[in-house]
Order: sequence, then C-alpha cells, then structure tokens
Amino acid sequence: MSGARLHRPFSEPSPLLRWLAALVVVTYAIVSILPIVWIGMTAFKSQSDAIAYPPKLLFTPTLEGFVDLFTVQTRQPHDFIAKLPPPANWYEKLARSHDMVIVGRSRVVERFVNSIIIGFGSTILATLLGTLAAYGFSRFKVPLADDLMFFILSTRMMPPIAVAVPIYMMYRYLGLYDTRTGMILLYTAVNVSLAVWLLKGFIDEIPREYEEAALIDGYTRLQAFRKVVLPQAVTGIAATAIFCLIFSWNEYAFDLLLSSSEAQTMPPFIPFIIGEGGQNWPAVAAGTTLFLAPIFVFTIALRKHLLRGITFGAVRK
Amino acid sequence: MTGMDTTTTFADRASKRAPPRSARRVVGLSDRAVVWLFIAPTMLLLLAINIFPLIWAIRLSFTGFMANLPRPLGFVGIANYVDILTDEDLWTNFQVTAHFVFWTIALQVLIGLALALLINQKFRGHSFWTTVILLPMMLSPAVVGNFWTLLLQPQIGPFNYFIGFFTGAPASSFTMIGSVKLAPWTIVMVNTWMWTPYVMLICLAGLRSIPEFIYEAAEVDRASPWRQFWSITLPMVTPFLMLAVLFQAIQSFEMFDLVNLLTSGGPGSTTELVSITLKRAAFEKWETGYASALAVILFVTVFGAANIYVRVLNKVKQQ
Amino acid sequence: MLKSFSIAGIVTAGFVAAAPISAQAEGKTLTMCWAAWDPANALVELDKDFTKQTGIAMKYEFVPWTSYADHFINLLNSRSAECDLIIGDSQWIGGAAENKWYVKLNDFFDKNHISMESFLPATVVGYAEWPKNTPNYWGLPAMADAVGWTYRKDWFAKPDLRAEFKAKYKRELEPPKTWDELLEVSKFFSGKLIDGKKVYGSYIFTERGSEGITMGVTNAMYNYGFEYMDPKKPYHMDGFVNSPGAAKGMDVYKALFDCCQPPGLTNAYMQEGLDAFKSGEVAMQMNWYAFFPGLAKDPKVGGDKIGFFKNPAGPTGQFTQLGGQGLSVVAASKDIEDSLAYVKWFAQPAVQQKWTDLGGASASKAVLESDAYKKSAPYAPSFVDSMAMVKDFWAEPLYVPLLLDMQNRVHDYVVANKGTSQQALDALVKDWKRVFTQEGKDPS
Repeated sequence: MSGARLHRPFSEPSPLLRWLAALVVVTYAIVSILPIVWIGMTAFKSQSDAIAYPPKLLFTPTLEGFVDLFTVQTRQPHDFIAKLPPPANWYEKLARSHDMVIVGRSRVVERFVNSIIIGFGSTILATLLGTLAAYGFSRFKVPLADDLMFFILSTRMMPPIAVAVPIYMMYRYLGLYDTRTGMILLYTAVNVSLAVWLLKGFIDEIPREYEEAALIDGYTRLQAFRKVVLPQAVTGIAATAIFCLIFSWNEYAFDLLLSSSEAQTMPPFIPFIIGEGGQNWPAVAAGTTLFLAPIFVFTIALRKHLLRGITFGAVRK
Repeated sequence: MTGMDTTTTFADRASKRAPPRSARRVVGLSDRAVVWLFIAPTMLLLLAINIFPLIWAIRLSFTGFMANLPRPLGFVGIANYVDILTDEDLWTNFQVTAHFVFWTIALQVLIGLALALLINQKFRGHSFWTTVILLPMMLSPAVVGNFWTLLLQPQIGPFNYFIGFFTGAPASSFTMIGSVKLAPWTIVMVNTWMWTPYVMLICLAGLRSIPEFIYEAAEVDRASPWRQFWSITLPMVTPFLMLAVLFQAIQSFEMFDLVNLLTSGGPGSTTELVSITLKRAAFEKWETGYASALAVILFVTVFGAANIYVRVLNKVKQQ
Repeated sequence: MLKSFSIAGIVTAGFVAAAPISAQAEGKTLTMCWAAWDPANALVELDKDFTKQTGIAMKYEFVPWTSYADHFINLLNSRSAECDLIIGDSQWIGGAAENKWYVKLNDFFDKNHISMESFLPATVVGYAEWPKNTPNYWGLPAMADAVGWTYRKDWFAKPDLRAEFKAKYKRELEPPKTWDELLEVSKFFSGKLIDGKKVYGSYIFTERGSEGITMGVTNAMYNYGFEYMDPKKPYHMDGFVNSPGAAKGMDVYKALFDCCQPPGLTNAYMQEGLDAFKSGEVAMQMNWYAFFPGLAKDPKVGGDKIGFFKNPAGPTGQFTQLGGQGLSVVAASKDIEDSLAYVKWFAQPAVQQKWTDLGGASASKAVLESDAYKKSAPYAPSFVDSMAMVKDFWAEPLYVPLLLDMQNRVHDYVVANKGTSQQALDALVKDWKRVFTQEGKDPS
C-alpha cells in the first residue's frame, strides 16, 4: 500500500499500439454508456417522442416526464378543462396542454424517502457492526476465527430469493413485514458480511503499535479503539459505507417480496410507473435518472476503492 | 483533530519503545469481553436473519405447507425433493440457467480481460474512460433492466436501429426479447453489458500486480510479446480472473431482477432462470414447502460448487 | 378478471392514495380498495353522493393492475383492516369465502331486499357466489366486464379492399362471426399497406407473467369444446381440459398469433393492444370491454372509425372470457356496519344507473337490458350479448397456481413453439391435478 512504485513495463508500448488501444477502449466505453444516455434523453422527451417510430434522436426537451412522475393525473375532455379555473402553476399548465388534469401527488416522494431511510439506516448499522467485528477479528485471537470469517462470507452466497421465503414468514410473524425497520435489519445483515471483510483488511493495515502505546499509557481498550484506531480507519470506513449504501440503494428482490407499500423503495416502484397506454416511459426515465444520479457521484468518489469493495477485499490494490 | 494528535504522539512513542509485549494487563473491560462485545452483535444478526431462516426453510422443505392457506404444516417427507428432481420442466429451467451462467461468464472474461489489457497500455485519458466503463455495474439491475425493454422494442427502441444501421437489416425484422432463438442471448448480452466492467476491474488489478522485473527478465531472454503474454501475463492474472469468475458465477446463478424485468421468463420458458421459477413457486403460487425444497437445493448447489472452486483457487494461487 | 398491466385513461405514477373527499360528519371514513383505472375515477365521482347523503367520507386505495392481486391478497391474508370495502377480482372469491376474508352477505341481502335476481346471472356466479352455483353470496356484482373485439370500421369500408376480399373469399368483408372467419380476415389484412403503413391482422393477448395469454386463448378454446371439468363429476378433467376440441382451439389461437400478431408483441396484454390499435397497426383487437368507452371516444381511431364485435363462435358454441369484479365487505374491517350501508346504497337502481352513465359498468339487469343502454354507445349491444355468453376461469382458493400453470403451458406452445397443443394440455391436466390434490380435492 505504502509504496507508490510505478510498474512501468520494461518496453514501452509503441505509440501506434497505444493509439489503437485507446480507440478500442473509447469505442467500447461510448457504446456501453449509450443505454444510460438514452435513459437521460428519454427523461426529457414528451410521451409521443419517447415511443416515436422510428426512435427520435433530436427532440424538443420538456419536463413532462418529471411532472408525470411527481403527480397523479386524469385525462379529461377538452370542454371540461376549458371550464376549470386557470392553471395555478407551470406544471399544471404543462399537464393540461395534453388534456390531463393533476389530481394529486404521486407516491414517488415517499418511495424516495424510503430508499434514503432504508439505505442510510442499514449502511450506518452495517458499518458500525462491521467496524466492531472487524476490529475484533483483526486484533484478537478469536476461537475458530477462520471458520467464522468464512461463515460471514458464506451468508452472502445465499440466493436472496431462497432465503426470502422463511424471512417472509418470520417477518409476518414478528410484524416486521413491510416495515422500514424490517428492511433496515435485512439489508444490514446482507451488508455486514461485506463490511466485516473489507474493514478487517483496512484495520489490519493500521500498525498495532499505536494502540499498544495507548494501552500502556493507561487507555482502556475501548478508549484506544475510539481514539486511536477509528481515526486511522476513517477512509476505510467511508469506502465501506458507500459500498453498503450502493447495495441497499440498488436492491430489488428483497424489497419486492418483503414490502408492499409502507417500506417500498425506488427499485420495485420505478418499473411500475404506468401511464395511460402502458409504461409512461418519460416518467420512468425521469425516475430512473433521479435515482441513478447519486450513484454516479459515488462511483466517481469511490474510484480508488472500487476493487476492494467488489471483491470483498480479497484483492488489494 | 485531537485524535490525530494522540495518534502521532503514540506513534512516535511506539517507535521509540522496545517491542510491544503481547500479554498485558489493561484497565476497563477485559480483552475477552471486548472481543465478544464487538463480534457478538454481528453474529447474532447473521444467525437471526440468515441461519435461522435457513434452518426453517430446511424444515419447511419437508412439508406441504402453503403460506397463504391457514392450515397445519403437514409433513410430506421427501416428496418435494422427489417432485423437483424428477420434474423435466424444472430441468429445462436449470439448463436455461446453465446456458446463461456459462455464456455470460465466458463473454465477460473474454471482453473484460481484453479491455484490461488495452487499458493497461496507459494511453492518455485512460483513467477517465475506465470510470466511464465502470458505470453500468454500479446501477440498479432492476431499474436498468426495465429500461432495456424499451431499448429492445423492435419498432420504437433504438437497439434494432443501431444494429440495422450496421447490418442493413430492417429494424422491425427481428425481436430480441420476443424470439425463442434470440431471447436467451439477449439476457446474456444485457448481463454481459452490466458486469463486464467488474471482470475488467479485477483483471486490471491483476495486471498491475505483476512485478515489472519479470518482464525485464523476459526482454533479456528475448521472449516475443506473444510468449510474454502466455507465459507471464496470463498465469499471473489467472488467480484474479478465477476470483472474478467465482463472484460472477454466484451472481448469475442467482440472477433474478434483471432477467425478470427484461423478459419475465419468456417467450415460453426460454429465459426462465431457476430463481424466477423459485419466485413464482414461493410468492405467487405460495407453494411454500415446495419452494423451500427448491431453495435448499439451490443453496446447496451454490455453496458446494463455491467450496470446491475455492479449494481449486487456493491451489492455483499457491503455484 | 383483470389482473395485470394496463390502465386506460388514468393514473400516472403508481399508487394513488386520495385524501378523504369531503368533510367528515362524525369523523367516519371508509376505505375503498380497487385497481387504478378509468372506472375507478367514475367511482370517486359516484361516491360523492354517498358522502352527501350519509356524511361518511370515502378514502381510496387504488393499485395498478400489476400489483393489484398480489397487494390485496396479501392484505386480506394478513387480516389487515386497511380496506373496509374491496372491489376484488372474480378469481379471489373462493379463497375469500373459504378463508373468511369477506363478510357473507346472504342475511344482509335478505334483510334489505337486495335480490340477486336483479343482476345478470353470469355476474352473480362470477362475482358473488362460492361455492359456484349455490346461493352463498360474498359480494355484490359491481363491475361487469368481458373480452370483446374492436375493428377498424374505416378500413373494412374501403371499396378496393372489399372488392379484393370478395374476389378471394367469395363473401363480403364484414366483422367475423366465427373463428375461421376471424383467421381469414386477419390473414387478409396482415402485411397490407394502409395509409402508407404496413398493418397487421389482429392483436391478441400473449402476456406471460400474470394472466394475459390465458385470458386470450380461452376465448378460442371455449368455442372449440374446452371445459374446465366434467359437468357430472367435479374436478374430473381428463378429456375435458385436454379434449381434441380444446387442442384445436389452442391451435387456432396459435395460427392467429403466427400469421397476424404485430412484431414484438410476444408478452403483451391490455395496454399493448390499446397502443397497437390506436397507432393504426392492427385491423382488429382483442381487449376488455372496460376500455371500449375510451376507445369509442378516441380522437384518432374512435367515432366513425371504430366498430365492435363479440367474440366469434366456434364449432361447439360461442362463449367469451368473463372479466369484472364484485363489491365485498372486508371481514377485518373496523366498521362493517357502515360498509354494509355503502353496499346497500350502491345496490339501489338509481345509483346503478348513474354508475354506468359515469363510465362504470353496472351488472344490473335493469340498466343493461334497457333499450336506452343499448342505444347509448356503439359497443353496448355486443356487450350485452357478451355478458350472456361468458365463462370464467377457476375461482378456487388456489387459483393462482392453476393460472400460472396454464400461462406457462400456453405460452410455451403458442409463442415458443414447444411441442403440440395436445401435449401442452395433457401436461396442464397433470399440473392442475397436482394443485387440486394440494387443495384437498379429488381430481381423479
């Protein structure tokens, strides 16, 4: 970790080879990002532009999709709309321009709030538990440590749908079905395995001598942990937290099966944003765009730690 | 900030001191207590939310219980397992899953490794483009999978036009999701799109871990670049690649969200992965006992295969 | 029996939780649960009268069709008091009755002189009775619906097409009366260039995930001899579900799919049909009558351009698939008394009439069989006819596994070309026997 030694291949690649490599990689990057670009474009299309035949590359941008996403509307005849009092604001005007009347707010905000509460709640809990356990495994002789670590890893191998059946029944019994608490606990349990593995790696790298010195100076173990280890592990904890957050943010299957309304998050909600004639694609795309935006930011913030996170720390950069 | 200060001072002192004693007497909680205090919550949570349900599922798998009918468990012995193991249709679903797992991994490894090798040429701007390539894998498979149904619509989706532009085939002359022949490849394609960056990233780490002196030695021996690739690069990257394969195999074997939203298992049952069958049995038909048995079989398969694989991996690593 | 996808006319963006509509006298509020679609809007409008008369406010929980069954069956099963009144799918009635999710309404009907005689017989069987054909009532028929067809009247009237058709088939180009004719007319239109656009013959249901393709294929199978069971021996299915006639019916449906379905519509249900028809892609469309008021008024294809016909006949009869729902009182409700008061109010003839006028679909004989109704809309005559020839899918407590088994078998054969229709139906009988055995019934 410490050394910033550059592994430069002995023979530098020729400029032509480099140029070719760049060409291929850039082409792949552009092609692979096209679907995401299309989502962003669709968010600003009108409904008819979104399902135009053939598909439209150039279009007049509109906020219809976003208005549809946040409101509930009904289609009304022209003469009915003409009789209504004039629209109070720009979005009402926009809706009425295509014969729709806004009758209320949609539930998208609740879903987004759920995503945030469940996502952050489980992340904080998983990181907290993970830090403690990782410290325990890193610094002490735990009986059967290897087996326990493997056990922790193996919980992540369970097919989510497979464990969902008994969890569903258990949650029903305990009254945790369709509650935020239930989802937070579940995501914490899934994330904690990653958190322990990652953080153990980070904490292993903090020299023991620091704590030893603190202990000799009369600190208790807990004080040493808090005042010496935690500050050193801050980067690792932050990286772990973002990984946990990305998992709970994106998770679909558990939330689909274990919630129906109170604890529903964005992923099971977005595919069912339905308009008049089927899926309202601009609204779906608008919801998707808003939902994906934070992940973009995190990805860029996380670049350096990505590898550890996705391999459970099994590969160290 | 005080934390940082104490750290440095301790660090300074630590460096001046004699080697730390490992056995010591400390104020406050004993180390033993601390260990348990720190590890127990995680273990308890995992026991409650992973192990307990698993044991419960094993128990249910021997019953004809249906969670939506108010009636007793009704033990049926191994009938559910017999049902599953003799069901030809389910066998088809396993084949579909195997096809999916095999091809997504093959393609991901091939493309991922190739991209990693190219990026490792360190052309200008390579780190920016690497980040761009990583994006698909960070997104929610369900949300993105749902959107792919629009992209793949033969008439209104851009995908067919994109292909048509390069091949000259009229856009509505083929349908990626609706055709029995193409649909199994469509799910492979979208999954590969999503997860190739993952394999690429791990390969990249593998490439960067190769000490440069090995290549220097090879240069001295006048080994051709081709030979260098086969005798140095590939063997050194293999353990990393195997790790990527392990994680991706588990992931694709358990795949539910992306495919369920993309094809919902159709046309016919051509893309019905086992986890989709399981979801239907468990949460739509409410055949809880049967579904539990299937879940146990899946879990044993994943867990068993992963264990064997990890052993092989360790052997490769040692070499 | 609509379960999946859809929504004509309303609700963008998911679940609707409308606030109580008006001032709450005595603070009383009832929650009504249904699907989020056009008729639900009409219901909100209708209920304003109820609130005015009784002072009881109404709250609504309207859920998209995709989550409708899952969501409410879950609530009912967990004895949730979230809904006081529910307009539940016809399929749920078996489970609702056997698990006592709904209040049994016999005594209430007797006391308030509400007679099931005043509703169409098929709707009483479909939306109220369990066990079927016994006078045990668990709901009041609320929303009558069935599968019907729309066609492009303007295309059928084009002189050149009519001449071409006559030359080819020796008869006039008219809406088909039999499935053979349907197939012929569909083939005739498929691939034609109309108004500069390539068109297809007919749109049919093919959705796999919930109930779509079953709700489509039964319209052919019923008319070729398919029966759910031996009329003389309950739950005996061999030779009825998989009779040669039933297999033939499935073949005809597949032939229609192979020749005349627009490309890409291999997993399509209500809204894809509406889209295909509205965009001028198809000459004929299978869909639920509930959408026809909207289509008849559609600015692009409505008015003079649209015509309607009932499901064509086959060699053994003429039936059509039943849709629609009944109104039931949830047993777990905290206010059963007021909920019953609502049912009583809703059953009044005047309210039933207004319900239809607003865009709902009353199942009351007085409303549907009046001359005024038949003249009220172009689809009305064929709707009345259709409601007299409906058949419904199983309404057993375990209807979901029965339905999903059929979905798989039919989709495998019709869309994915797997095996033969006979093999598909033989396999289906095997699947269904397993389900009935689980339910404790004897399917031998």
